[in-house]
Amino acid sequence: MRQEQFEQAYRPLWDELGALLDEMELSRSKRNPDKARAATFPTLYRQVCSHYALARSRRFSPALLEQLHHLVLRGHRRLYRQRGAWLWRTLDFIGGGFPRALRRHRGYFLLALATFLLPALLLGLACYDDPDMIYSLMDEQQVAEMESMYDPAGSHPGRSEARSSETDFMMFGFYIFNNIGIGFRTFAGGMLLGVGSLFMLLFNGLVLGGVAGHLTRLGYHDTFWSFVSGHGAFELTAIVICGAAGLMLGHALLAPGQQKRIPALKAAAAEALKLVLGAALMLLAAAFVEAFWSSSTLDAAIKYGVAVLLWALVVFYLVFVGRSRHGSL
Amino acid sequence: MVTTEEVDTTRQYEIPEGVLLEFRLAGPLVRASAWAIDAAIRAVLYIVIGLSFSYFGGVGVAIILIALFLIEWFYPVLFEVKSGATPGKKAMGIWVIHDNGTPVTLSASVIRNLLRAVDFMPVMYGFGLLSMLFNREFKRLGDLAAGTLVVYRDNYEERSELPSRTAVRPEVELTESEQQAVLAFAERAPALSSERRVELAEILSEISGHKGERSVDGIYGYANWLMKGH
Repeated sequence: MRQEQFEQAYRPLWDELGALLDEMELSRSKRNPDKARAATFPTLYRQVCSHYALARSRRFSPALLEQLHHLVLRGHRRLYRQRGAWLWRTLDFIGGGFPRALRRHRGYFLLALATFLLPALLLGLACYDDPDMIYSLMDEQQVAEMESMYDPAGSHPGRSEARSSETDFMMFGFYIFNNIGIGFRTFAGGMLLGVGSLFMLLFNGLVLGGVAGHLTRLGYHDTFWSFVSGHGAFELTAIVICGAAGLMLGHALLAPGQQKRIPALKAAAAEALKLVLGAALMLLAAAFVEAFWSSSTLDAAIKYGVAVLLWALVVFYLVFVGRSRHGSL
Repeated sequence: MVTTEEVDTTRQYEIPEGVLLEFRLAGPLVRASAWAIDAAIRAVLYIVIGLSFSYFGGVGVAIILIALFLIEWFYPVLFEVKSGATPGKKAMGIWVIHDNGTPVTLSASVIRNLLRAVDFMPVMYGFGLLSMLFNREFKRLGDLAAGTLVVYRDNYEERSELPSRTAVRPEVELTESEQQAVLAFAERAPALSSERRVELAEILSEISGHKGERSVDGIYGYANWLMKGH
């Protein structure tokens, strides 16, 4: 069959597929779907695929090949696109997908937790013991600022400005911008063979431990611990989870196992993303608690009580929610 | 002979229907230009949001900071999921797809844009550029992890038609690649300048015996014969 005959025989099909794709590529609001016609799409598309294969093997002209290639390309994009019931998927994710993913990868979580917590404890004890220790981490001005923030004589724990509903909102915005950003960077650092994530965990652990030890030594424990203990349930856990997600990337890059490096990385990134998104939601919750609750000047006992509840909630959520009835994961 | 596969920065993907799709990869320069356009758009957004909410006290500051956060991390995600390309990419005629040629999904887009933070390091996309230069598909680190490609949008407009002439059977037997060359020339020639057209057609003067515009017509004749017979 010569090219001319081939084209005459099949051009109506190509035009039909082209028209169908034009219709389907419109946005959903402008589309006017004719279900019966849309149902012919897969068959039509596969016919055109085989025409394209024929045209290539018969060495037909480049212009025809290009025309068919373009049709196949558009059809492929349409047929194999993944559509998401995103609202349902988000709810499903919060209601079980996220804690399940975390439990699947608990090894990374424990490693990240150790990287964060051990240096925090060590430096915390050192700073509790030695008043000068904190200066190995921060300069004088930072230390002075931090001390004045949690001074029990001050009226605005955790802030450098007086507390009002105005500053509550402002700090809410700031915590979102700053803390979720830190979470994302902690994850992204995993791409540097895991080193970036480890560094962020270590660094944040050192700062937190150092500050906590130093302030406790000064006797500011009620202002400090009552401020951080509540939102810390979400915030610290989430940062460790972001670090764990980064470690997954690093592990896939360093030791891909039976796979090639890039496919291993892709698989790890898809799983790690679940942890990061879950952690981002936790950081959002943390920002809310930190801005509107942690800075309140209520009695420390109440704040500690709420903190215990929040920690219990986080632990319960991460350990138990989303388990199947058969007890797996 | 060097084939186009060796010279062109294209990537082939075999779809389930058993045929090969071809994508033209976008290199660092065009992607940097797209990024610059997006950076300018984002700068304008920052200024507009910053100015308009600065009169609303603490709540205004909160909105500004949340907007900064969303734009910094999710501006590309929004556009990539909606239409495959940020305004900058659209202007440069490129878009983001999965390795298998399908439109980029939310999770892949989020991965590639969160990892932008490392691509940007140490300064101005240093790691991203290194990564692009060290793999065949111009992928930055985020693309490697997300399994995405940035390719030229296939802007197919009208098919170029072969000028109709009386079919002439070539005097010598043509191999397959020679037939392809003849067809490719005949379909592309109308878009070339007449001098270039003649220059190329005269390569075959020894066979066709023609010079000048007539040599072009001669090739059109061969092409018509290849396509239509008779």
